[in-house]
Amino acid sequence: MWVSRRGGTAIGLAGLAFVLAWVGYKAYGDPPTWIVVTLAGLTLGSLYFIIASGFTLIFGLMRVVNMAHGSFYLLAAYITYELQLHGTISWGWSVVVAVLGVGLGGLVMQQLLLRWNYGQDLRQALITIAVSYIMADQMLSYFGGVAEDVQPAVVFQGSANLHVYGLAYSWFRLFVLLCAAAVGLGLLLLIKRTRFGMIVRAGVDDRAMVSALGINVQRVFAAAFFIGSALAGLGGALAGAMVSIAPGEDANFLLKALIVVIIGGMGSLGGAAIGALALGLVEQWSPIYLPAAWSNYSILLTFLLLIVVLALRPLGLFGRPA
Amino acid sequence: MRQLELSPQRVVGLVPAVGLLAVVALAPLIFSRFFLGSVLVLTLWLGIAAVSLIFLAGLGGMISLAQTAVYGVAGFTYGDLVVKSGWGQWPAIAVGILVAVGTSFVMGLIAARSEGIYFLMITLAFAVLAFYFYLQVPQLSGQQGVHLSHAPALVGLDPLSHPTRVYYAALIVSIAAYAFIRYIQRTPFGIALQGIRDEPVRMRSLGYNVPLHRALAFTVGGLIASLAGIFSVFYNLQISPGSININQIINVLAVAVVGGMYRLEGAWVGAFVFSILNTYVFTWAGHFPSWLQKPLGSERFPTWIGIVFLVVVLVSPGGLMGIWEKVSKALAAALSGGRGGDGGWGLRSITHRWAPSSDDTT
Repeated sequence: MWVSRRGGTAIGLAGLAFVLAWVGYKAYGDPPTWIVVTLAGLTLGSLYFIIASGFTLIFGLMRVVNMAHGSFYLLAAYITYELQLHGTISWGWSVVVAVLGVGLGGLVMQQLLLRWNYGQDLRQALITIAVSYIMADQMLSYFGGVAEDVQPAVVFQGSANLHVYGLAYSWFRLFVLLCAAAVGLGLLLLIKRTRFGMIVRAGVDDRAMVSALGINVQRVFAAAFFIGSALAGLGGALAGAMVSIAPGEDANFLLKALIVVIIGGMGSLGGAAIGALALGLVEQWSPIYLPAAWSNYSILLTFLLLIVVLALRPLGLFGRPA
Repeated sequence: MRQLELSPQRVVGLVPAVGLLAVVALAPLIFSRFFLGSVLVLTLWLGIAAVSLIFLAGLGGMISLAQTAVYGVAGFTYGDLVVKSGWGQWPAIAVGILVAVGTSFVMGLIAARSEGIYFLMITLAFAVLAFYFYLQVPQLSGQQGVHLSHAPALVGLDPLSHPTRVYYAALIVSIAAYAFIRYIQRTPFGIALQGIRDEPVRMRSLGYNVPLHRALAFTVGGLIASLAGIFSVFYNLQISPGSININQIINVLAVAVVGGMYRLEGAWVGAFVFSILNTYVFTWAGHFPSWLQKPLGSERFPTWIGIVFLVVVLVSPGGLMGIWEKVSKALAAALSGGRGGDGGWGLRSITHRWAPSSDDTT
């Protein structure tokens, strides 16, 4: 606010150093706990990244703040759960169906409700808010209010031996970490190395020119919305085996995606990665490394993270003005 | 001299206005206690919450979803002071409002440099964080929330059973909030705020501290929202995280949008529609055939309000007040027989629109 850009960077790095030093000091006598908690932060951050990457892709290209992103996440989780419960298809295929189904749902929403009012940012946000509200209530009606969880494929159940301190960690969570890395790499390659990605980058910079060059911008938008929603779906399908699925989780994960994208900067994939990492670690470290009397207030640290980033970088770490 | 003329147009415009005022003032005598308590009181205090949003959106160009956070802080602080610290009612109310106003100032400072859609997202983050804060801190609320045994005597000790006093209290506060916003609109602060809404860069170059101005406007909105929070505690005799959950955040937005986002009166119009649906969907939907029960049944009130919200955003961004304005303009034109001009202060002044932008923008 009242500091220069360089000053802001200095303050931010100083704060980061302080946090790392504090955690290091507190964790010194207890490495196994630190390893487990940090892995929990990394894997949770991975989930956040998968979901936030879809959100930031849609925003970066189309300037649409898709408030229904959280609802798509939850819908995919419920679809995976229901298919597991009733169907004879394996977990892997349930995930595929959920991801494609939710991607398609996002595409339909975009084509019906968002395609014709392009450019009216606030109006589109209100439309997606209304859709998310209706979806949340319908999901409550059809899937009930009880929290559920999904059993992943047998190969992922159980724990991996970490070979340090005799620790074991859930295979599935490690798989999610791998997925996030794959998603990040995949998106990076898609955006930087393919023709589609080139059009997306050009469209972010100058929509009108891209259209004037004869490229069917609407098809690119549709594809990007499909991919973005499918990513929310992937997050949801994986989440069932990692966290619980219940009404309210859509708002929870929408909030997390918002925070990640606000911290990282709208439209920035790298920013989303850093934001997701920061959020995951803050959330998992706070209950353990905060002084005992303050552990109830750990949510305030998430808030503090958001405030500090916004105070120093109003557009997020790597954000660009609209 | 002109005002004393009772031309047909003027009478037509005057009659609904006077009628409405009479109904509103004499409501406890006209309506059943149930309707008064369930629908009208809810309309009034929810309208106060929505008008704080409309004030920020219309005058300041800031669509804020954090109003529930602010009114939650007011309500929880009031409730905690009375129930957990044994304070008297009125000191607790005063402190509740103060704390909420302070919180809204801090929130305003943080969000002030963001605009449009970024601002919306940040305020949404605040609102959901407030929900989780009160959910996770048992000393201040925890899952059950805070329950009061009674409200202050001035508003009737038990507003649920005897809503007359709280109705008039809410009516007076609603009118005061409305008058206050109208007043601010004409002060230098309000005019500068409108300038910042339209041309922030120019205002900055004229020497205005834009972020501070926005933060202060947010604080004023917070003051109004905190009044709504206090009334929500009177109305329910309790406050819990469920009072400020994601549904309630969207409800306040829906009320403002359905009523009309740039017209102050829209707050109460939208709140009235909401209250009617809230009270009667349960019974109406009971009559639906069974195959309709799952998607649109008695408990699917959020779906109903969501559909109304969606339809209004798609069809009439000016909300119900926007439709009313169009209708009244057409009526006025028809009544003046195409002579033009004297459409009357009657029809237009009731719904004085105050945003310079056209009907169709959000």
